[in-house]
Amino acid sequence: MLKRMIKKSSLAACVAAVSMLAMSQSVLAVDLTVYTAVEAEDLARYAETFNKDHPDINIKWVRDSTGIVTAKLLAEKNNPQADVVWGLAATSLLLLKSEGMLEPYKPRGVEKLDKKFVDKGAVPTWVGMDAWVAAVCYNTVEAAKHNLEPPKTWSDLLKPMYKGHLIMPNPNSSGTGFLDVSSWLQMFGKKQGGWDFMDRLHKNIARYTHSGSKPCKLAAAGEIPIGISFAFRGAKSKAQGAPIEIIVPAEGVGWDMEATAIIAGTDKLEAAKKLVDWSITRKANEMYNTGYAVVAMPGVARPVEHFPDNLLEKMIKNDFEWAANNRKAILAEWLRRYDSKSEAK
Amino acid sequence: MSAPAANLTNRSAAPLIRPKTSKDDRIMLGFILVICLYLLITLALPLYAMLSKSFSTFAFDLSNFEFQVDAGDGWSEPLSAETLNQRLNKFSPAELATSSDGRLGVVDLFPDFSFRSPTMYRIRQVNLKSSFLFGSERVADTDWHEYSSNDFRRIVLRPSASIGLENYRTYFSTPSLFHSIENSLWIATLSTIITVSLAFGFAYALSRSTMRFKGIFRLIAMIPILVPSLLPGIALVYLFGNQGMIKGLLLGESIYGPIGIVIGSVFFTFPHALIIIATALAISDARLYEAAIALRASRWKTFWTVTLPGARYGLISAAFVVFNLVITDFGLPKVIGGGYNMLAVDIYKQVIGQQNFEMGAVVSVVLLIPALFAFTIDRIVQKKQVAQLSARSVPYEAKPHRQFDWICLIYCSLVAIFIVGLIAVCQYAALIKFWPYNLSLSLANYNFEVMDGGGWDSYINSIQLGLYTAVAGTLVVFIGAYMVEKINGFATTRSAFQFLAMMPMAIPGMVLGLAYIFFFNDPANPLNSIYATMGILVICTVTHFYTVSHLTAVTALKQMDREFEAVSASLKQPFYRLFSRVTVPVCLPAILDISIYLFVNAMTTVSAVIFLYSPDTALASVAVLNMDDAGDIAPAAAMGMMIFYTNVGARLIHQFVSRNLVRRTQAWRVA
Repeated sequence: MLKRMIKKSSLAACVAAVSMLAMSQSVLAVDLTVYTAVEAEDLARYAETFNKDHPDINIKWVRDSTGIVTAKLLAEKNNPQADVVWGLAATSLLLLKSEGMLEPYKPRGVEKLDKKFVDKGAVPTWVGMDAWVAAVCYNTVEAAKHNLEPPKTWSDLLKPMYKGHLIMPNPNSSGTGFLDVSSWLQMFGKKQGGWDFMDRLHKNIARYTHSGSKPCKLAAAGEIPIGISFAFRGAKSKAQGAPIEIIVPAEGVGWDMEATAIIAGTDKLEAAKKLVDWSITRKANEMYNTGYAVVAMPGVARPVEHFPDNLLEKMIKNDFEWAANNRKAILAEWLRRYDSKSEAK
Repeated sequence: MSAPAANLTNRSAAPLIRPKTSKDDRIMLGFILVICLYLLITLALPLYAMLSKSFSTFAFDLSNFEFQVDAGDGWSEPLSAETLNQRLNKFSPAELATSSDGRLGVVDLFPDFSFRSPTMYRIRQVNLKSSFLFGSERVADTDWHEYSSNDFRRIVLRPSASIGLENYRTYFSTPSLFHSIENSLWIATLSTIITVSLAFGFAYALSRSTMRFKGIFRLIAMIPILVPSLLPGIALVYLFGNQGMIKGLLLGESIYGPIGIVIGSVFFTFPHALIIIATALAISDARLYEAAIALRASRWKTFWTVTLPGARYGLISAAFVVFNLVITDFGLPKVIGGGYNMLAVDIYKQVIGQQNFEMGAVVSVVLLIPALFAFTIDRIVQKKQVAQLSARSVPYEAKPHRQFDWICLIYCSLVAIFIVGLIAVCQYAALIKFWPYNLSLSLANYNFEVMDGGGWDSYINSIQLGLYTAVAGTLVVFIGAYMVEKINGFATTRSAFQFLAMMPMAIPGMVLGLAYIFFFNDPANPLNSIYATMGILVICTVTHFYTVSHLTAVTALKQMDREFEAVSASLKQPFYRLFSRVTVPVCLPAILDISIYLFVNAMTTVSAVIFLYSPDTALASVAVLNMDDAGDIAPAAAMGMMIFYTNVGARLIHQFVSRNLVRRTQAWRVA
């Protein structure tokens, strides 16, 4: 056993030596550490497309879910490890911005983007890539079993027939959940109307999940007829053959965007700027369009299969700054109202 | 594997004649100090860092902000926000306590504020201890900044840091947080009662009946140790979820919540309780039973007056072990808890969901209390235990009893069906293409590359972690145990070491993991470079499972007479020669047991490593959790089963190696 171990470790040493040799050959290239929350399956494609134009920059991806990447960046505040963030929620980037962690930079060609997708600072600190839009996943098979009608609006979801048939992410552990809550507050009234809506919705909710994609996947699997989630997830599940419809409620839907920013203090500023410049080009926007129906550059997006086509017009005028500056207060209020009783629902 | 805990109590009495400290002893002392230092750095210091984090508070320091207003008649005198607040009585001190990302709008301090008015506002900070935001632009200087009323409403104040008890005050005044204490205690107590009763019945059947298939039952009962604690949760979703195969059995109750957590907890704690109780029941004196028969005591009476009292320490010990496992477990309530809050999940929600590290630290301290409490009681009870088995004892041998044997067989079969059933459901779910709409079999769920969680790499990483942990952990643990058992003198150092070695058992994995973030992720820490590497995962896992390994080693070493040392010293042989030529070969079975224990636990652990893995070191057990979290439940079951088969394989290799080595090195045992 021990001998085998020694053999194994000397093998590991050989592998290490070889890989170091391999690395020293590409010594001319710059390594950029890029933090991201983009879906795992898209990363290789993004890097490959980028490298066609910039073969001299190596992207070292550090990928995790939005919450964990944000926690990681904040934890490393005094000792940043990332050079660039490419593909993280704008809400998270606002949080980093208010900690002074982002390097303001006006990328070449930023004026071609939809204004919604650019930070409003004098010199923008982040630029958007694509939108990530809330939607309702509706399982037609399970709904038929319970004699449900497809909801058309958010208010429809308050009807008694949906009681126990709804599921949504908990805003305290999911970015998608917060996006829903902040959009309802903006649509129905920040002081009163939004909370009234949620009070009544809460009565119909079977339970809250920790992640934003889970409600849609649970709806796709028939575990629950209706999941409040996001359109991208719904389209993917539908493409896999799940019996679901993606419903965009008529009042409008909340959204967040995936965005790009440079981490202040990086010693690879030139390469970082090149990446951010490229990330807003037409080519890059076409690349995002493969999965996302709404991208930052107007006129680029082609309809994506299974995505509802009225998505862009239904996106609300989202006040990210308000959402970021009131996030803590909103979450505390949500906890107080809907989480203080821990009854099993 | 927790069985050796029972043996700890009879610490060998110190030798009567103490030789002066020799060169050997000083070298051994050196080893002890090195391992002490290891435990200090990997356990005590991180916990200290976490404790101090829980006292690091954030509050809006209103005295640090000053305002001037110009309503058309020139700038007013500067007034601090504190003065304005006192005039209006707007914010109470409790409302001014916040967390590191707290924000406070300023317009509330100006009752006649209107964003349409032409009034101008100025704000400045007295010192640089805090900052404010204009929109999301951070301002951290002491200059005056001038804003129109329309811009002024976008100003929010940021808190400044200090030290105090505010976090605890916030915790205990937030119902959604402190209710978790009650929930956790309730679930842990209920699961403990059920598990210990079930395990007692099982152990009783194994030791007091002559039923068939005992060997198979023993094997089946150990299965839950080989899988992550959240795997039964996944199986329960398939059985009792809304699309569940037998959901009718729940009579309309939801599996998401206390019911699911308790059933799953019983599953994963069952073997731990069984090992301890079976050990306690095994050492019983047949003479007591003979006396009972002679006195014509009924079977029932004998059970209450002989069997149960004899096993009471085992039962208490098992109860505390189970209680501790349940209250500190994180994976299961996360998967199947629904809206039912438990302490361990709260830590995760605070840290990952809200990036509120300080509150995460507070919940960790709260979770530490019941765990430490259970641990201390268990230790005290263990000390009271006296040897039941004297030299004159006669081992009990069960006699055939047709009816009783049948009852035992049926009971054990039911438990076995429960255990095997849950595992089988997971395997079935992993092979189904798209539950419940397409029940054809496929391997698509094993295509981990397209899911969250790190793909097949995470599986390879887990095996690596298991091997590194087994090798490094066994080395450190066994050398430490040897030195501390066989050194002469240095009583204080020895007891300090024993104390440090017992500590990890009382520290929940979640708490250890979070403490590691605070300690190792600090840029000022010279050990910062191991953060986010495989190294920190190995260290964390070794430390997390140190106690049981240490106890196993100590038990094995105690069986070796100290005369070996005396003989070796009189032959002028250095201790390391004795160690390598005699001690290690003799203790080989225990050493192999320690390494398989560490390997299996490294494969299944979730709680300690959930905060520590990096994208390059994603682990299979964490992947199970993350895939379930993302809603990919079938792939999560598939990965869970990969862990199961790997551990079964490791166990088989372990058995094969042990048997061969034992035959070569332990011939004296058989003779």
